[in-house]
Amino acid sequence: MQSLGIDVLFKGTNFLRLLGGLWVAVRISLISVAISIALGIVVGMLMTAKSRVLKVIFRVYLEIVRIMPQMVLLFVVYFGTTRVFGWNLNAETAAIFVFSFWGTAEMGDLVRGALQSIPAIQHESAQALGMNPLQVYGYVILPQTVRRLIPLSINLITRMVKTTSLVMMIGIVEVLKVAQQIIEANRRTAPNAAFGVFAVVFLLYFLICWPISRLAGYLEKRWS
Amino acid sequence: MENVLLSVRHLRKVFGEHAIFEDFNLDVHKGEVVVIIGPSGCGKSTLLRCLNGLEPIQGGEILLDGEKVLRDETSITKMRQKIGMVFQSYELFPHKTILDNILLAPMKVQKRPRAEVEAEALELLQKVGLADRRDDYPRQLSGGQKQRVAIVRALCMHPEILLLDEITAALDPEMVREVLEVVLSLAKAGSTMVIVTHEMNFARAIADRILFIENGEVVEESADPKAFFASPTTDRAKDFLKSFDYE
Amino acid sequence: MDFAVMKDYLPRFWDALLLTLKIGWQGVLLALVLGVACAVVVHLKIPVLRRIVGAYIELFRNTPLLVQLFFLYFALPKIGIRISAQACGCLGLGLLGGAYMAETFRSGLENIAPIQTESAQSLGMNPAQVFGYVILPQAVTSSVPGLLANLIFLLKETSVFSTISLMDLMFTAKDLIGMYAKTIECLTLLVIFYLVMLLPVSILGSFLERRLRYAEFGN
Repeated sequence: MQSLGIDVLFKGTNFLRLLGGLWVAVRISLISVAISIALGIVVGMLMTAKSRVLKVIFRVYLEIVRIMPQMVLLFVVYFGTTRVFGWNLNAETAAIFVFSFWGTAEMGDLVRGALQSIPAIQHESAQALGMNPLQVYGYVILPQTVRRLIPLSINLITRMVKTTSLVMMIGIVEVLKVAQQIIEANRRTAPNAAFGVFAVVFLLYFLICWPISRLAGYLEKRWS
Repeated sequence: MENVLLSVRHLRKVFGEHAIFEDFNLDVHKGEVVVIIGPSGCGKSTLLRCLNGLEPIQGGEILLDGEKVLRDETSITKMRQKIGMVFQSYELFPHKTILDNILLAPMKVQKRPRAEVEAEALELLQKVGLADRRDDYPRQLSGGQKQRVAIVRALCMHPEILLLDEITAALDPEMVREVLEVVLSLAKAGSTMVIVTHEMNFARAIADRILFIENGEVVEESADPKAFFASPTTDRAKDFLKSFDYE
Repeated sequence: MDFAVMKDYLPRFWDALLLTLKIGWQGVLLALVLGVACAVVVHLKIPVLRRIVGAYIELFRNTPLLVQLFFLYFALPKIGIRISAQACGCLGLGLLGGAYMAETFRSGLENIAPIQTESAQSLGMNPAQVFGYVILPQAVTSSVPGLLANLIFLLKETSVFSTISLMDLMFTAKDLIGMYAKTIECLTLLVIFYLVMLLPVSILGSFLERRLRYAEFGN
């Protein structure tokens, strides 16, 4: 029986390198999620505003994000804008920019949905108690949306982690790229290493995303 | 008695630790209208659900036409064709038109020809004043109209007995009458019915027999509804009826 | 921007679009079949099978398509399972999509109030009739918006096909940029072609969703 590559991962620092690659992807995800949540709340609140101009702008923004593959956005930002504007953009910054652009739209739409799901009578009853708009939001509306938003935000993390696997395509050395390098380096001694190594990468992604989405599902069920 | 249609013997029903019925007995005769009243949570609706096999029972038996109803799928399915049920929340099928709602079970379950069932359905719809709504969908109808359709849907199966579970409880007050009038006309035509309701005037008008139930037991039973409502004999029934007055 | 160059590139992008659509619709079809089957298994609580289906759904919902494709295309041949790049694309998209579709159908099934089942039972229907005439049609209808969202998601995901050397839109753009360095022209065409592919689906989706939300069954 020829080696299927699991042993290759235990040679030297191979496994640590793989985890390091995974961390690159996870780090980009976490930074992007943090930016997306912060901006998303603002965007979501603006989306409920009555301004027609804002409505049109956000509609176009959402539609772009909805139909453009993240990979296309990555290419446009990383290869396209550097060419057009002549600036120097490193790949990781480009990735964080694209994923935050995408995540903010997703988060904004979730915030909008959560805000609009609060019946108008809640606004009115708070106003009837003499609260000013700030108090209405701070004491009555936002607390009711938080429970709905936390599970959805956690879910955004797993979606972000899955999507960041794409950064390999703009030359960032993340887990898949490290995996390829390891396979390549051991081609003579372990020609079938691709099986074990890619299986482990598959599993690693699952081990990161699964607990997070379970947590989101659990909170959603508990708080609904 | 020979004309007993539905008979409940020593029914036992528990939810977890909580017993709804310990030993409940009831005979319903052919052509009889039995009205069950009592405070919320006394087990009225649970009783109807047990009769139709929607709730598992922990003891006792139910006989239909003197025949014991087994709890296996086939006999329950067969029994349900003979027992019609109308729910508080109508439960029409939202994806089917009014006519299709009515035709579905007679055609698919009883395998009757479409032409025959359709003619019958239209006649019944005519009677309840909804013939012109045959091609509408349930959501286009008011609550009272939906409930009339639900009654027609049950009737088209030619049930031997109808179970009505608080059929006006979800309706706006002005729609209650149109539904109850349909039920009254059924009673006049000799249908056998077991009715759970909170409409005391309706109960008095339609009942052949009144059962006042509390905590899973028949507290008072009367074959003279007028006398029962005028002067109940038990204190518990008195208290219950008093809760409907504001004097 | 060099429009003459863009015109020259058009046929290649057109071929790439056709390939993307071909693999895309086969994958989506596989996803639909797989999704319905899995949702029914989970809903009817079929023993053993539901555990397997549950594991499959979790596994494929919690890993990126890119990694799934790498596994199918680069790893499986090492244990003797060789699948062509196109078949890998279909299979990968189908497996990923099946897991998502299953969740959509399952929540469609769960959203139907249990009393609808009871109402059908009280008319004497057996379990198969209850499911076929009453539950399934309602579940499918209420799943439509979710299914369309999945459709857009899956067609977007096809952009990773380029990594297993399928000549899709992404591959074509990268290839042409690599050869002739007409970056802006290629990226513009890339964006336009994805718009052409996905904008109609997206518009149809919003339209259907509005219709279903405000006027389901009737009007």
